Amino acid sequence: MTDVATPQPAAKPASRLPDVPPWFSKAAFVVVAIVAILLPLFFDPISGFIDDAVIALAYVVMALGLNVVVGFAGLLDLGYVAFFAIGAYTVGWLASSFFSEANVHILVQGAAGELPGIHVNFLIILVVAAALCALAGILIGLPTLRLRGDYIAIVTLAFGEIIRVFAVNGDSIKIFGEGWPLTAGRQGITPVDQVKLPFLDPFTQLNLRPWYWLILAIVFLVLFVVIRLRDSRLGRAWVAIREDEVAAASMGVPLVKTKLFAYAAGAAIGGLSGAFLAAYLNTVNADQFAFSFSIFVLAMVILGGLGSVWGVVFGAILLSFINNRLIPDVLNSVPSKLNLDFQLADLGFGIFGFLLVIVMLMRPEGLIPEKRHRLELTEDIDVQETMYDEERL
Amino acid sequence: MADTPIDPTPVAAAPAQSPGSRLSAAISKWGLWALLAALPVIYGVKDLADGEGLSRLGQNILEGLSNGSIWALIALGYTLVYGIIELINFAHGDVFMIGSFVAAGIFGTIGLTLTTGPLGLVGGLLLVLIICMVACGSLNVMIERVGYRPLRGAPKLAPLITAVGFSFILQNVGLLWLGGSPASVPDLIRAQDEVFTLFGITVQRADLLAIGVTVPLVVALTLFISRSRLGKAMRATAQDPDAARLMGINVDTTISATFLLGGLLAGAAGLTYALYQTTVWYFQGFQAGLIAFTAAVMGGIGNLKGAVLGGLIIGIIQQISDNRIGPEWTPAIVFAFLILIMVFRPQGLIGEETREAG
Repeated sequence: MTDVATPQPAAKPASRLPDVPPWFSKAAFVVVAIVAILLPLFFDPISGFIDDAVIALAYVVMALGLNVVVGFAGLLDLGYVAFFAIGAYTVGWLASSFFSEANVHILVQGAAGELPGIHVNFLIILVVAAALCALAGILIGLPTLRLRGDYIAIVTLAFGEIIRVFAVNGDSIKIFGEGWPLTAGRQGITPVDQVKLPFLDPFTQLNLRPWYWLILAIVFLVLFVVIRLRDSRLGRAWVAIREDEVAAASMGVPLVKTKLFAYAAGAAIGGLSGAFLAAYLNTVNADQFAFSFSIFVLAMVILGGLGSVWGVVFGAILLSFINNRLIPDVLNSVPSKLNLDFQLADLGFGIFGFLLVIVMLMRPEGLIPEKRHRLELTEDIDVQETMYDEERL
Repeated sequence: MADTPIDPTPVAAAPAQSPGSRLSAAISKWGLWALLAALPVIYGVKDLADGEGLSRLGQNILEGLSNGSIWALIALGYTLVYGIIELINFAHGDVFMIGSFVAAGIFGTIGLTLTTGPLGLVGGLLLVLIICMVACGSLNVMIERVGYRPLRGAPKLAPLITAVGFSFILQNVGLLWLGGSPASVPDLIRAQDEVFTLFGITVQRADLLAIGVTVPLVVALTLFISRSRLGKAMRATAQDPDAARLMGINVDTTISATFLLGGLLAGAAGLTYALYQTTVWYFQGFQAGLIAFTAAVMGGIGNLKGAVLGGLIIGIIQQISDNRIGPEWTPAIVFAFLILIMVFRPQGLIGEETREAG
């Protein structure tokens, strides 16, 4: 691809936004955080808005995780749904009556403490899900280490599909004999345990506020981790690999370790979100883990801006809103008003495909671009812009 | 993204000296073949041990070959495009799906029904074949023009992402066109009818159709690439686009022509699939695309012979798996093969022919 040179457009002005003092972005972050924390108090505890917001925040976590792999390290992962699946099945296995022959209870109170099956405290489950996914991320990453970028996409996609096939047909696989199926296939593992955490009201379908605060806390945690990773030695190594693998290797960047760490970190974050979503949706169903979900998350990352943490947060919230509110509720009847014989909800993933194409063609760096990535994509090298920017939050 | 891969074949380059390195060289060379032979051999031995003879395995292999010849047609499209612009044309499988849909839609329009006589049937199907091929060819060229050409200078991931986007758009078109569940196509050629039986292996009309469409097209394609002026331009562009441009080759036109060829083959595959399976589904392209891509990589991407060989092998594996293990596991088995190939022999069985391979 790089061999066919096309004339590049003339250099654009370095920045679209006026310069702001360095404290401004931090202050803005604190304000946004406070608003986000207080937001559910202004809405009914079971309002659709909080429901949408919980899902959107879960997708933010998912997109931040994928952004580590695709945006930071430049490894196109098309099988990210695998970590949603593994995180969700961690909940299905460890926090439900699915394994009816077992009788294990770890730090759980209430109804879950009485039922048969394995019941583990939700915080422990989050840690286990992250660890399992990190392991799976490394396993999936291992075969891709020697491969070119586009082959990585296919291998990760293949892993994602294999995991989906196992999720769909897992009801016929018995791990330790009868009564221990791997999954519940399309039936789904449902219900899963009610989450109980200290200082918060019970997590029920009638009060969504605790769910909101839990996922918001996870978002803050993941944001902190992701930003610290990005600005660390490891983060710079990821960018180096993304920009030029051979040059990075010859500068002493350990390729294997660095890439595997990207897979592991991205997968662990995806697992957190997957476990949360399973508990929130109260089911672990094989049909949730389709390839289109991987592309949905990828579209969030690309729309927001590959590698740009704030862009990805924005992209995830925007696409989640489009998917859960705009398409099914607001715009769904538009085609029938135009005398067209379909509903807009049928167009869901076509719209995301269209978005991918349009963003890639019109604004490949995304809505809120990462500076270094914009350079790479527009290739107008300007001395000012190549300087490493210290002022990012 | 780095443009130069870490050398995928360290073993082939090093002179074999110690027994260990000779062993690993042998594994690298023959390991994949052994792996591919594993399924047929295991089930062949099992059948013999059960005293059933080899006719069931032979039947699997025959159906695999005919099914695989459809995969080969699609795989050729992947390999042509990858050879020339090093892009996994993710939308290719869905172009094939659109080909099937065009075929299914047009049977009724031109009056082909179950009662059409043999002469009218052959003529009508030839007409449908041409329409499908042209439709898919132009669709593929259009996708290249809109989605890939503006991104020639961009990093490799950019056109790959637009390709995924187009794949989704086409799937959605299919979903709106014929709905979410598989739609049945009139069984015009009575695909299941037996033509003859040899050594207990039944040859059906569908098998003859698939092979009868594939073989002439593959021969024509090979001749076109090796003899014609445009074919020569394609090979030159695949080797070095800059040098080709300096030699007066219109690189953009050549790339468009490559997409046209890939689309033509996908259209033919689409019609064959519709007649062969007698159902079409908006999701068939995704599965078929992955299977065909696996086939192209298995043979060695960029390599026409490799794509055909890979398609046939994947067809056999798939058929054995469908018949012996269960169709619900087949995707997992095919993808497991894809991963194993990627890990142990990314250059494929015959060897890849791309710029990066040198």
